[in-house]
Amino acid sequence: MSQTDLEIVVDDPTAPEDDSPSVVSSVTIEIFVCLLLLALAVTLGYDNWRTGASWDSTGPEPGYFPFYLSVILGGGSLYGLIVALLARRAAFGTFVTRAQARRVMAVFVPTLLFCLVMQFLGLYVASFLLISGFMRFVGKIALWKSLLTALVFTAIMFVTFDVAFDVIMPKGPLEAAFGR
Amino acid sequence: MEAFGLLLHGFAVLLTWKTLVLMMVGLVLGIFVGVLPGLGGPNGVAILLPLTFTMDPTSAIVMLSCIYWGALFGGAITSILFNIPGEAWSVATTFDGYPMAQQGRAAEALTAAFTSSFIGSLVAVLLITFLAPMISSFALKFGPPEFFAVYLLTFCSFVGLGREAKHKTVISMSLGLLLAGIGMDTVSGNLRMTFGSPELLRGINFLVAVIGLFGISEILLTMEERLALRGHAASISLRVVLGVWKDLPKYWTTLLRSSFIGCWLGITPGGAIAASFMGYNLAKRFAKDPESFGKGRIEGVFAPETAAHASGTSALLPMLALGIPGSGTAAILLGGLMVWGLNPGPLLFVEHKDFVWGLIASMYLGNVVGLVLVLTTVPIFASILRVPFAAVAPMIVVSCAIGAYAIQNAMFDIWLMLGFGIVGYVFKKIGIPLAPFTLALVLGNRAEDAFRLSMIGSGGDLKVFWSNGLVGSITTLAIVLLFWPVVDRILTRLRMKRAKATPLQV
Repeated sequence: MSQTDLEIVVDDPTAPEDDSPSVVSSVTIEIFVCLLLLALAVTLGYDNWRTGASWDSTGPEPGYFPFYLSVILGGGSLYGLIVALLARRAAFGTFVTRAQARRVMAVFVPTLLFCLVMQFLGLYVASFLLISGFMRFVGKIALWKSLLTALVFTAIMFVTFDVAFDVIMPKGPLEAAFGR
Repeated sequence: MEAFGLLLHGFAVLLTWKTLVLMMVGLVLGIFVGVLPGLGGPNGVAILLPLTFTMDPTSAIVMLSCIYWGALFGGAITSILFNIPGEAWSVATTFDGYPMAQQGRAAEALTAAFTSSFIGSLVAVLLITFLAPMISSFALKFGPPEFFAVYLLTFCSFVGLGREAKHKTVISMSLGLLLAGIGMDTVSGNLRMTFGSPELLRGINFLVAVIGLFGISEILLTMEERLALRGHAASISLRVVLGVWKDLPKYWTTLLRSSFIGCWLGITPGGAIAASFMGYNLAKRFAKDPESFGKGRIEGVFAPETAAHASGTSALLPMLALGIPGSGTAAILLGGLMVWGLNPGPLLFVEHKDFVWGLIASMYLGNVVGLVLVLTTVPIFASILRVPFAAVAPMIVVSCAIGAYAIQNAMFDIWLMLGFGIVGYVFKKIGIPLAPFTLALVLGNRAEDAFRLSMIGSGGDLKVFWSNGLVGSITTLAIVLLFWPVVDRILTRLRMKRAKATPLQV
């Protein structure tokens, strides 16, 4: 190996354990998804039928094409539902283990909060909070590193989108205070 | 040789400082995206699309396609050095690439991967250069029935030839087509499926859905995995590069075979993933010593990489010539075309010569520049992996949000993006494919318009789809492909019967 070699090691201390118990099996989720899709197909199909799904003097009515698509979607999900109900449970694996679910929630909940906060404080403040908070509390990274990274990234985004490319983002009281 | 002259014109369009800078920026961002876990070609292109909204279409497509080339190159770095395929189509590269890296031949493996990517794309671009103008001028004669038949062919071949459970492909596709129909009906002006909601009036924006489906869901999926890695980032010396290149002619059959497989699967919706595995398996089958594969054989890197890149590039051919994307990423680029105010389809070659030939020229130049760039900067990009995912994940979320909001300046789209993120996560985990959904969402309105226009033209007679030889054969082919698994089974059974009827004469 030459001297220019560079060893890269990244650890993942909070990685999900392999033997974590299953929260829910894939077959349960498949049944659930098929039921949801079936309900969606019925709702959309009804709405299109109401709009008009037959032919008039000018050709097919607006609901014609989507009506038959809802029929196809309904048929597909009904078939999927039957397959999932008849299948042996063992043939399907685990949908998500408890450890995995915890990690997925660790991203999803902050993302949800970020979207909520964005409506009140604007995108840039929300980004700063999301990045610094996530790095500090989920990633257990030093506070100064988290704050600095969040500040630099948010600033770069602001300059790129708001100043250079004129792409307008939701803004809140902080930007208003600076008159932007 | 008209294509050649137009290509030169394309290079002239390209060779301005501004475009070249954008190209470099695109390539660097693309490699970045390819190396990072949780981001890939389609995600990268979808998230960075808003950057291009204020650019002129040519600069925009050059930058976006360079992001795509960069992502293709970047995927190989992590597969070889860390045994972590950055993309599904890099999985086959790890089979021999990682063992090579463990034997201290990382530089050789990387050179092989980058070079074969380059060769694969080059073959596909040559194909595009000469075939796309021909197809598009042929397609100029198409009326609505022909177009609908081609759309039908695309959808049917996804169902018939896809590897996923058929009903799941059907679900994914019909859901995409339905969601595309939400909002104002373009023919009659009526509202459909809006349920009185003013937010749904505008319809569901394709790019918002894509950012959620690929960006947000990918973050959720990545978090489920163990993100630890260990490896060496080797820099590549000129001696190694020349050594690998000197041996290239020895492998010409492998390279050619993989390029061919890639181009074929790229144009038909087989995709880069299928192409890379097929390239690898065929190289193994034709080798004199198949058992040496998987233990660090350079052909095991050449074969899948060439095929994956040939396929990724040639997926742009039907998009340019017919307005029908051959892959998820091509579908996103098509969405971009519409945002920049271009109308995808065969007329593109007539009305927007600068755009089309600028794009094709950028494929040549982007690949050459990309090759040089990755060969010289591998250690820098590999060290990006040291950045903890806890820092990368929220930044990707922020980029997704910016992208989704910028498209229509609507807060509703942020929630839509989040919703599609959950849908993408669940669908991927229960094996409902996302590519047909994406394709249906972007083509839905055009397919419906083509259908209704042909119906109005024929007075509601379905025979219009068999009214002449061309449209008839496309429609018939579509139906055969839809039932391909059944047809295939019958053919096999017939063959078996015949084999039984004539006993072996030994």
